[in-house]
Amino acid sequence: MVEFAIKDCTLAILATGRRAQTLRELRDVIRNVHVGSIYHHFWGTLLRPQFSDREYNNDFATWCRLSLHDNTAAERLAVIDPAHFSDLEDLRQELIEVIDERLDETEVMLFARADRQFHFARSVIVVFDTNKRLTEPHELVDALPLMSVGSIFYHFVDARRREPLGQDDFQAWLAGMGPDYEELRESVAAMDPYFESLFVLRDRLAQVFAGFFGRPAAGDSSRPPEVIA
Amino acid sequence: MNASQSGNDLLERYAEHAGQDAVEQLRQLAEPLGGLKVVHVNSTRKGGGVAEILATHVPLMRAVGIDASWEVIEGSADFFACTKSFHNALQGKAVQIPDTLLREYEEVNARNAERLRPILEEADVVFIHDPQPAPLLSHCPNRQGKWIWRCHIDLSHPYRPVWKYLRRFLLEYDASVFSLDAFAQPMPHPVFLITPSIDPLSEKNLPIDPETLGRVLEEFSIDPTRPIVLQVSRFDRFKDPVGVIEAYRLAKDFVPGLQLVLAGGSADDDPEGEMVLAEVRKAAEDDADIHVLSSGHYSDRTINALQSAADIVMQKSLREGFGLTVTEAMWKGKPVIGGNTGGIRLQLLNHRTGFLVDTPEGAAMRIRYLLSERHRIGQIGQGARELVRQSFLSTRHLREYLTLIVALRYGTEDRIEL
Repeated sequence: MVEFAIKDCTLAILATGRRAQTLRELRDVIRNVHVGSIYHHFWGTLLRPQFSDREYNNDFATWCRLSLHDNTAAERLAVIDPAHFSDLEDLRQELIEVIDERLDETEVMLFARADRQFHFARSVIVVFDTNKRLTEPHELVDALPLMSVGSIFYHFVDARRREPLGQDDFQAWLAGMGPDYEELRESVAAMDPYFESLFVLRDRLAQVFAGFFGRPAAGDSSRPPEVIA
Repeated sequence: MNASQSGNDLLERYAEHAGQDAVEQLRQLAEPLGGLKVVHVNSTRKGGGVAEILATHVPLMRAVGIDASWEVIEGSADFFACTKSFHNALQGKAVQIPDTLLREYEEVNARNAERLRPILEEADVVFIHDPQPAPLLSHCPNRQGKWIWRCHIDLSHPYRPVWKYLRRFLLEYDASVFSLDAFAQPMPHPVFLITPSIDPLSEKNLPIDPETLGRVLEEFSIDPTRPIVLQVSRFDRFKDPVGVIEAYRLAKDFVPGLQLVLAGGSADDDPEGEMVLAEVRKAAEDDADIHVLSSGHYSDRTINALQSAADIVMQKSLREGFGLTVTEAMWKGKPVIGGNTGGIRLQLLNHRTGFLVDTPEGAAMRIRYLLSERHRIGQIGQGARELVRQSFLSTRHLREYLTLIVALRYGTEDRIEL
């Protein structure tokens, strides 16, 4: 039996000192910025302060919408799924191509206000062991509500970049457990990680596992009762 | 009670607010750092945001097993006159600082280094807060640990001659920390970004009893039965108090019972503040429902009571650092109407945690909306409180400090597995 080792992670965010005020400048910086910056603005955004429902799934799209007011660029950038790119350099190339295409068809160069420039950052992910181990999938019913959002990020989001198939860790573990858990694995696979906060994702994952095992979803004991929505 | 037990008790108190998961995460992340000697240095034990942060962080660091201490440099009146000028210059004001003051700045640091050198040189990590103690590093040639300059100031548009002078003291540091990417300056070492936080256990933020709340409202002749809009901030043009009065007047046409409270404290030691206060008084003079609180300094508990009593809190800044008064109000479950600037943008999401506005008219519209759809006050306030719980409490702040320490000790590559 393969154990599920619950890990946790946090991000240290570093400024790169590079910034952009136009779409062309954004493209030019993307060409040679530290590759960790591409990771940060796609994946790391999920570990930063946010309310639950996000309009766009990466910082580049959000900046095009809110600061450049270029909705076309925003929508095209938002549709890029980073999990489809096993190599961050490929993801960087895709970004450049989408922006180049937009630049080719734009007659007017839009500027962001000086105080709304895009600041490129990058992150260092620090992974640590919680020393908690699970041997059976049903144990996740109790374990999930107690996981930190860092654990949810590591196992459900970051895993898509680590795992060769672009899967989250829960799916990967269930896949090795035989056909009994295929329905559960498919339910987990159907969850899109990009549009909810990690807190909401944690609750949803807990509900999926509780539902499959016919148990009530455990209350989130880590939250003070007055803020449970 | 031993140190370990009192540390656990403290962590449990934080867990009541931030969640058990957040505290457990701190314990686990700190485990490989157990016993690490971390020294914080700033220039004052009491008063000001940095002292408040350290009063929270040092006990929290100790609670997770880190050997944290807090040292304060001792300075003369000329030293503090010099560092006050630095503060203004780094935020963009053209200030000429006499050489005599600069010499005093350097000499005070040299004298403090004589006293602090043994502690600083043997520390594993030294956090130097703001420019006041920055030259200490140059007096510690046998330092063993990593030195980090923590800048709490918005350095986006510094007065260049002063920044050029100070920068030379910072070049040898191992890292810098700024609150927002927009506030940072390029450095020859890694620059980390860590947003500030509020302490849920401080007098400013603990739940307040109804008796105290009623007494404070009575003291300032504020009617608890009518809607209250509040702005807490010093009388400064960048906080736009006159714009707040304009927004109040526009909204009052539709909500006749509306009251406005501007709590700014005394402006006696600030000539520009006195001018702004005079303008505020003039703008408010014919309206008994505008309460300008400007005499003396109000206690944290009084400000807490005012924030807790308000229906809506405003921070209509034209320019702002992170905006911790916004965070404090959100933690009390209040919808905040804030200026579309600085760190306020990170905290306010329209219709979710409050509203961002660019004009008094925009602010008036949001006041009217909230007071006509009063159920939204509770809903948005709950969203605001939850966002602060998740992202802007001291536990998150400490977690990021611990992560920074790990990153510096293990290298700032993309991924570190402990």
